[in-house]
Amino acid sequence: MIFIGERINGGFKDIKRAIQEKDKSIIQHWAKIQTEAGADYLDVNMGAASNKVDDFIWMIEAVQETVETPISIDSNKLAFIESAIKVCKHPPIINSTTADKEKLDQLIPVAVEHNASLIGLCMDKKGAPQDVNQRVELGATIFSEAIDKGLSPDQIFLDPVTMPLKFLQPQAYHLIEAVRQFTLLSSPPPHIIVGLSNISSKASEMKLINRVFLIMCIEAGLDATICDVTDEELLNSAITTEIILNKHIYSDSYIKAYRESRRK
Amino acid sequence: MNIPDVKQSWPNPINEVTIGATKEEGGTRSTTITIGGTGTLPFLSFEGSSPHRPVIAMEVWDFAPADWPEELEKYFSDVWDDPGKWAKKCVDEFNADLICLRLQGCDPDGENKSSAEAAEAVKKVLEAVTVPLIIWGCGNKEKNNEILPVCSQTAAGERCLLGTITEDNYKTLVALCKADKHKLIAESPVDINIAKQVNILAADIGLAAEDIVIYPSTGSLGYGIEYVYSIMERGRIAGLSGDKMWAMPLLADIGKEVWKVKEAVATEEEVPGWGNHVQRGPLWEAITALVYLQSGSDIIIMRHPKAVGELKKYINSLINKN
Repeated sequence: MIFIGERINGGFKDIKRAIQEKDKSIIQHWAKIQTEAGADYLDVNMGAASNKVDDFIWMIEAVQETVETPISIDSNKLAFIESAIKVCKHPPIINSTTADKEKLDQLIPVAVEHNASLIGLCMDKKGAPQDVNQRVELGATIFSEAIDKGLSPDQIFLDPVTMPLKFLQPQAYHLIEAVRQFTLLSSPPPHIIVGLSNISSKASEMKLINRVFLIMCIEAGLDATICDVTDEELLNSAITTEIILNKHIYSDSYIKAYRESRRK
Repeated sequence: MNIPDVKQSWPNPINEVTIGATKEEGGTRSTTITIGGTGTLPFLSFEGSSPHRPVIAMEVWDFAPADWPEELEKYFSDVWDDPGKWAKKCVDEFNADLICLRLQGCDPDGENKSSAEAAEAVKKVLEAVTVPLIIWGCGNKEKNNEILPVCSQTAAGERCLLGTITEDNYKTLVALCKADKHKLIAESPVDINIAKQVNILAADIGLAAEDIVIYPSTGSLGYGIEYVYSIMERGRIAGLSGDKMWAMPLLADIGKEVWKVKEAVATEEEVPGWGNHVQRGPLWEAITALVYLQSGSDIIIMRHPKAVGELKKYINSLINKN
């Protein structure tokens, strides 16, 4: 599994305050906590806290002063991504492109040039996908464009777009079906990722819904998620799902072995 | 016709382990041996690099074995009352890459030799030859915990490969290896999960993964070889794919297994139709060994000089061809 820590996001009050008051310590606290919890990447998102590219760079540099965990550059603005990618010490993930041609034409070459990975959201100008076929069609578009322009399957993360279970209940299962079909795109397949927390938005059993949904997605072929990496039970459930699917070799201390082997 | 490219790329090379220490490194060996380091499955040089060739250790005991068949006796009976002479013959006449001293004489159900006697055997071998040394206990856990500390100290700084640790007996040996700078053999009973678990347990109390060689148990040709093969292959694939607790070199203990099966030792008079045992015995050992080579073994422990010679030729032919 590839776990991307979601917590450094201007949508959270403490991060928003950190950006506005230029207080590195809060950002660095979350960089450390999430890395220790097992994050393979740290998502950095400014949210609505600022619209200055300098603030975004400041956030990334604050993270990189504390940990060696690679960055997931979370922005939909090309200029922000282009500036941010230059200061990343390790090959980052660009989060994200949509399936729109002009977006793909802009972002794929940036990823290729910097040896970065790219998350492709299965949506376009027309909006969010409504069923399995739309997701698969948009995913295939992103995948083939990315391959044509020089990314390897290992650098492509397809995101079938998670929607809240509480408000759009049928979409959860459509997403799982789309994951299953993404695995057939190539051999080896691209990475498949979800932004997990969306599934439980405004619901009462958030952690339980997150966990069960993630397990079902992994069974269908998903291998990456942006999530609350400090939810230990969530990560251990994901690791256990992969053990049950025979992706790693069992031993009585398999959780410890998995976590040790991922430590930087 | 286009032939599809079947090359795979593996993210995680197998650990390198160096056995033996020269004078400059604090030992007395004239050479050291490094195994592992491969970034692909065995002998697939088109796919990735394998910087170190597999090596053959010849087996020496700390007393004259009573149960070795005549076919082995005729090569070793002139020297097997002295482990030093025995080791020297293996190196000088049969080109052993290293020596595996098995302290079988310390088995409480047999000769029950003392730890002082075991240490004496270690000393003799170290003085008689300058190749690196494997020191293998007697098979009894409690006794191993008595004799191996003394042997480890006798060979301190020589960077020997000591064995074996198991899932329920590893603490003493791990401590010794860290103190005296040796490497360790981690043994498991043909079980891929336990093989991993022993490594995790040893790593947990501070042994570096780079100090471990995996011994997943060995079966002779005709006696479960397919099962061991599949475990070694699957473990190696896991190691190459990124499982750090399976990314260790592998050891196969061939001679001990082969020279107790009837297919290797029975004479033609006993089993008409099986052919001359003088040829069949070493052939059985050589074929068993080459199966283990193909499953990823980095160290092969053997007994019969002719089988050793054949396996060396085979390794050369695979490496030179590539």
